[in-house]
Amino acid sequence: MLNVIIAWFSRAVMFATVMLFGSMGEILTEKSGHLNLGIPGIMFIGGFTGFAATHYYEIAAGAAYNPIVCVIIGLICSFGAAALAGLLYSFLTISLRANQNVTGLTITIFGVGLGKFFGTIVMGKSTVSSAAKAFATFSTKIPVLSKIPIAGGLIFSYGFMVYLAIIMAVVINYILKRTRIGLNLRAVGENPGTADAAGVNVSKYKYFSSTLGGGIAGLGGLYYVLEYNKGMWATSNSIEALGWLAVALVIFSTWNSVHAIWGSILFGLLSWAYAFLPKLGVPIPSTTISLVQMLPYVVTLVVLIVISMRKKKENQPPESLGLPYFREDR
Amino acid sequence: MAKGNVIKEPLVRVVKRDTRSTAKTYKFVLIRVAAVILALIVDALFIFFITGLNPISVYTTMFKGTFDFEYGSTLFTAKFLTTVRDMALLLGIAVALAPAFKMRFWNIGAEGQVLMGALATACVMQYGVKYVSGPVLMIIMFVMAVIAGAVWGILPAIFKAKWKTNETLFTLMMNYIAINIISFATNVWRGKKSTLGTINSISREGWFPKILNQDFTLGIIMVFALVVLVFIYLKYSKHGYEISVVGESENTAKYAGINIKKVIIRTMAISGAICGLCGFMVVAGKDHTVSTGSAGGYGFTAIIVAWMAKFNTFFMMLIAFLIAFLEHGASEIHSTYAVINDYAADIISAVILFFLIGCEFFINYRLVFRSGRKKEA
Repeated sequence: MLNVIIAWFSRAVMFATVMLFGSMGEILTEKSGHLNLGIPGIMFIGGFTGFAATHYYEIAAGAAYNPIVCVIIGLICSFGAAALAGLLYSFLTISLRANQNVTGLTITIFGVGLGKFFGTIVMGKSTVSSAAKAFATFSTKIPVLSKIPIAGGLIFSYGFMVYLAIIMAVVINYILKRTRIGLNLRAVGENPGTADAAGVNVSKYKYFSSTLGGGIAGLGGLYYVLEYNKGMWATSNSIEALGWLAVALVIFSTWNSVHAIWGSILFGLLSWAYAFLPKLGVPIPSTTISLVQMLPYVVTLVVLIVISMRKKKENQPPESLGLPYFREDR
Repeated sequence: MAKGNVIKEPLVRVVKRDTRSTAKTYKFVLIRVAAVILALIVDALFIFFITGLNPISVYTTMFKGTFDFEYGSTLFTAKFLTTVRDMALLLGIAVALAPAFKMRFWNIGAEGQVLMGALATACVMQYGVKYVSGPVLMIIMFVMAVIAGAVWGILPAIFKAKWKTNETLFTLMMNYIAINIISFATNVWRGKKSTLGTINSISREGWFPKILNQDFTLGIIMVFALVVLVFIYLKYSKHGYEISVVGESENTAKYAGINIKKVIIRTMAISGAICGLCGFMVVAGKDHTVSTGSAGGYGFTAIIVAWMAKFNTFFMMLIAFLIAFLEHGASEIHSTYAVINDYAADIISAVILFFLIGCEFFINYRLVFRSGRKKEA
């Protein structure tokens, strides 16, 4: 009984971490007024490049495999490639003033295509390929603490990226809410005209947040491959699906990365409920699994409706979300 | 001369073009053609350096995905007709989005609206056949699909109209709810079978009649009718005028006495209804069954089509055809060359789309470079 709950929770946390990275990237992007629907594709790019880099490093290094180098290579490649995709999005939407939804969706098509196409090259002829050593490195648990009976399993038995995600969520929230940079960024997202008049360099902030946001989202893909999926690259659509959940999570957490932490775990618990509830004695007919999996989206929808009805200022989407800003158009 | 008198001019200035003047239409066409050519060059480099294949022969193969006629055969080969079928579906959904987009209502829920229409159609097909048959069944299927799509479209519109709920996020969520509902429904239906299978496969009740020996011909006719109707609706009707005023400026609309809420809800009902109709066409004319993949991502691709055509339903035909052409070309490449899988198609089409999206800028704006001479104040 207890074991099942622990297993369920830890599965949910791992699931949540993938989403959390994606959501943090999307929150940063959306705070600057840009709705990036390319996040699922960007996560795919990040996941693939991180996997390919560690996979090749593993083969090249052989016996001289160094976990720390592996982590650095994985993080840099994944973040870098995803940030490039974010930069492409920024260039098209900010400099070339293209429509955000259209650009984002195209990035998703591009990213998923890129990952799956090159995925087959890394994988050679087999359908599944793995980076076993990298998986071992990325899923190394905290040495002593993970041995504590219950708390160890619940809190301390994850790879370092889970804690990285949580720390980043807190830091991002602090930066957005308590620093000058965050204030300016929020101003850009709320009303770029006013921010511009106040001397804030609107394009710079938009570029910065969309590119950084892309990079952070890419780490979600890296985590998916190297811990959640046990170091295996498989050309399934699950990263993309998690990417859309991440976009939903941004709304659910009302654009607050700290709320996104528990929100993502809740999504994780809901998404995995079908596998663990039967073990706890709550039978779920196999036909209704889809209805359970629908819950995160329904809950998000309810949150979206409620915040729009209550009109509480701090819970609203950024005022100029999705709207283009051209200084000359005013 | 004092330093302060020198006017600092940036290296490049962006100036808005007068897009209304028709005198320079050829220029806009040229820009788009140039964008596609550039994209093809980038794609060619990609093909050459990654796979080592000759780009020209890859493109030729791609071309054959749609136009595989040989000497003596007609243009209407099987491959061409499949491409046209897919183009028609994509076009239908894009046409459905046009009214909503023109109102600046970002309906990205077409996928869900199509799926709900498809589900309603399949339900009637499966269970209605016990009571009615022939044209009556077809009409009920049609009506139910339209209603289902419209309901899925009206929901976000009501919340947008009443509480200004963000419609992009709302419709996005509705897609995934629809997908899960379909998944649930098909799970219940199929019972112990592994898949739902084709509905009414023997009696062919509720299937489109074969016209010119093709299953989907009726669908193609319906889509082309929609193209004309929606064009007229948007351009020449009072409703169309109201839509464009609400889209341009809500304040103007208010001042002119337009009931904005009514316009939003009505337009989304139409948009959703046409999406539902496309779902009807998928089930009755193409798949004869329903699954989470019934819309096949076309609900998302149609957004790109509708936006790139600037909401002009006739331009949509061109772009929808381009995308369907690319898709079929890609699967043709896949079956010819082992090194490239059909995901390469996604990359090739995405690059073309990137260039087309980017070139819009050069259509709407022009760059003015700093002239060599310094102006004196």
